[in-house]
Parts: sequence; structure tokens; C-alpha cells
Amino acid sequence: MENNDWSVSIRPGGKWSGKIGRGKRLRFTALGAGANVSVLLYNADDLTERYNMPDTLKAQYTAHLTRGHTLMSDNGRVLAAIVEDSLGWHDTISGYTTREETDAKYGVTTYQETRNDWLRSGRDNLAVELVRCGLGVRDLMPNVNLFSKVYCDETGELHYDTGHCLPNSTVTLRTEMDVVLVLSNTPNPLDPRTIYPSVPVKLEVLPSEGAVGYDDYCVGFRPENRRAYENTWEYYALQGR
Amino acid sequence: MAVFNRVESSRQPESAVYDEVVLAGNGWMRELNPGQVLRIVDLEGNQAADTLFYDADNPEDHYSAVRTITGQRNIYLSAGSVLRAESGKELLTIVADTCGRHDTLGGACSAQSNTVRYAHEKLHMHNCRDTFMLQLANHAEGGKYSKRNLAPNINFFMNVPVTPEGGLTFQDGVSSPGAYVEMRSYGRTMALISNCPQLNNPCNAYHPTPIRVLIWDC
Ligand SMILES: [Zn+2]
Repeated sequence: MENNDWSVSIRPGGKWSGKIGRGKRLRFTALGAGANVSVLLYNADDLTERYNMPDTLKAQYTAHLTRGHTLMSDNGRVLAAIVEDSLGWHDTISGYTTREETDAKYGVTTYQETRNDWLRSGRDNLAVELVRCGLGVRDLMPNVNLFSKVYCDETGELHYDTGHCLPNSTVTLRTEMDVVLVLSNTPNPLDPRTIYPSVPVKLEVLPSEGAVGYDDYCVGFRPENRRAYENTWEYYALQGR
Repeated sequence: MAVFNRVESSRQPESAVYDEVVLAGNGWMRELNPGQVLRIVDLEGNQAADTLFYDADNPEDHYSAVRTITGQRNIYLSAGSVLRAESGKELLTIVADTCGRHDTLGGACSAQSNTVRYAHEKLHMHNCRDTFMLQLANHAEGGKYSKRNLAPNINFFMNVPVTPEGGLTFQDGVSSPGAYVEMRSYGRTMALISNCPQLNNPCNAYHPTPIRVLIWDC
């Protein structure tokens, strides 16, 4: 399926994981208002290398993610970069929901009673997919929450913007490494709404648009990004790739 | 900027059951028993004590920066903050704090992040992640601790303000000589500290200094 588009629709409460080669574009589309997709990223060739929230934020002097930002690993490399973004803000500081939080906020549901309409939690979804990929709960780390805006005021108090994600909002990541992508379409833990969001999200995996070089927007976004790209290029050059 | 929440402790160093100085660039890893109180003292001021915690009975459940800040709906740690594991479990509570604010978004320095943040030539420099990994290597019995257990940590005595516009800044000088933070462990908790050797940023005036670690039984 080289160069063919591929897509999947992740239903509310749904999850997905898979290995994706570098140089692909991952376009996420919110098929309704108020979506949230929790994302974890690992180096497919070395699963101990993973998305690192602090390294990503402090290198780019930001507490949110948007176009131009790279998602850096704990080894100073670029796992992926945000190349298109209709929203301007994606959250990476508020984590995912647990079973207890999900039950407390939306009501206790069981598969026994409601079959596949029972309400999934972010932690359970991510744990299942991590184990499927040969990892486990020790590998749970701060994730990216696509489509969510969480900001803090002068006192440090966190606020969730309920009006942030409009229907058909999109964000596109471009992979810079071969990655394992782990997704959970579950609510942001700070979303104050007590009705479980029912927003499917479409993921399309599209071919790249050619080699990434020094003229690329994300590479040139900050000198820190350029050095992280250079680290990534060196990593693959050493492997003859 | 925001108020700093300063709360003093009545505990006396003479009654501590453990009292050690950790030099800059060194690591420290030790188990806390239920109810024990850990104090970290910033002996000369504006030093970063990069700290991680694990549920000692279940080490795959590590400290979680985002679970902790989401649990209290505030990005800054101070007296009253409950330090949570990835599962949501309460590991420790900060019971005293004469600094008033600590960071948990900035993470630990590493050789690789130094190349990104400063210059490729910084790769050889000593860093907190190396210190963490040496400590994990020396406590690796039964495969309990490995690189996979390295989660984003707390930076005691550091101030990393976030703006409402989503910017992240580094502001020096919130701590002072002798400032301390004290926390009580709920259960058996493994504590891991790297006393930061960072020579590339101005928050410690390019001069990393010792910290002191004390433990009380209650
Ligand atoms: Zn450090």
C-alpha cells in the first residue's frame, strides 16, 4: 500500500495502536465538537525511547503544542512534528482519565449491562495497547491530548477551554522516526462536562511530501528544533538509513 | 505573580533518624517507610533537586507530574500538594515548604537534551539523567528499576512559570540558602534524587551546590 492513503475512524472511547514509518503525515480530524485524543509515541526500534513532555516543552519555551513544534524524545530526537494545525493549541500537561475518574464523573458502567456502550477510561485503553506493543503500565508517561486546550492563570490554576475544538478541526503530525503510536479517544481529565463526549476522530496516514531539510518550517522554528533534527538525522545516518 | 505558599516545620534536625549531605552532581536513592517525613534542604540557595518517587511495593507505578498537577488543578507544587503516582495513588504529601513553589513541568537535564537546548558540544557534560540511571542501575535487583522507570520528575526549588498564553519561562531566585521542603510518605516509597550538575543555565549562577537530606520517623 505504498503511497496509498489509509484511514481509520476511532469511535468515542476507542483506542488504536500501530507502527508507522518515518516521513508519514498523520492527519487527525475531529468529527464533532469537543474531541480529545490521548497520544503516546515510542521509537519503534527502541521502545525505551519515548515522547518526553518536559524536554519538548522546555526546549521550545512553551506549555502547549501547535504548528512548528516538535514532539521530542528523551534522547534529544524528533519523534514527530506538527506540520498543520487548525486549532493553535493542543494540551500535553493534563494526562488521561482513570477508571475511578471516569466512573465518578460519568457514572458507573459495566460491559455486563451496556455491552460496547460502556464508558472506557484513558488509562485502561492505553494500558491495553501498551501491553499489545510489548510495553506495560511502567511505560505510561505524560501524553499529548490533541484538540484540547488547557491553560493556567497567574496562580498556576488549570482551566479547560470547553469551546476550543470545533467540528472538523484538524491537526497533522509528520513522523520523523519509525514510531509506535498509541491512541485513546477518551475525555480530557479536566473537561468539566459530565456527559461522556461522543466525538469520533478520523486518522488518515498520508505519504510524505519529500525530504525534510533546513528550509522546513518545523526545522527552522527554533535553533533547538534544528539541533533535535540533526540528532535524528545522525541516528538514521549511523544505521545507513 | 502568584503568591508563594510558605509553611515552616517544627521538626528539629537532632531528632532525625537520617541526615546526609548530597554533593552537586551526586545521586541519592532510599526507601521511605509509611509515615516517614523526608526533608530536602537547599543549603546554598537556587539549587535544583531533581526528584522521582516510586511505590516501593509496585515500582512500575512511578511518580506522575501530570497526574499530580491534574489532581490539584494547579501546576505548582507547595505545602498541601499531594504527589501522585501514574495510577493516581497518593505517594506523599508536602507538609512544609519554606521555598513556596516547586516545578514539575521542566523535567531533568540529560546529555541529549543539553545538545538540543544549548549546543551539540554539550554532550559530554554530567547531567541528571546519568545520575538517575546510575542509581537505577545500583537498585536494579529483580529488574525492578530500568530506563523505562524514568518518568518526568519534580524540580524542587525551581520556578518555571507558565503564562496564560501557554508560554513557559524560567525564573531564578525563588529559593534561598537554607530553604527546605518536607513531605510525608503514605506508604513504602522509593525516593530518587539527582542533585543537578547543570552548568548551562543561570538559575544556580553556574555553580551547583550541595543539598541536605533528612528523614524523621513521624
Ligand atoms: Zn539537572
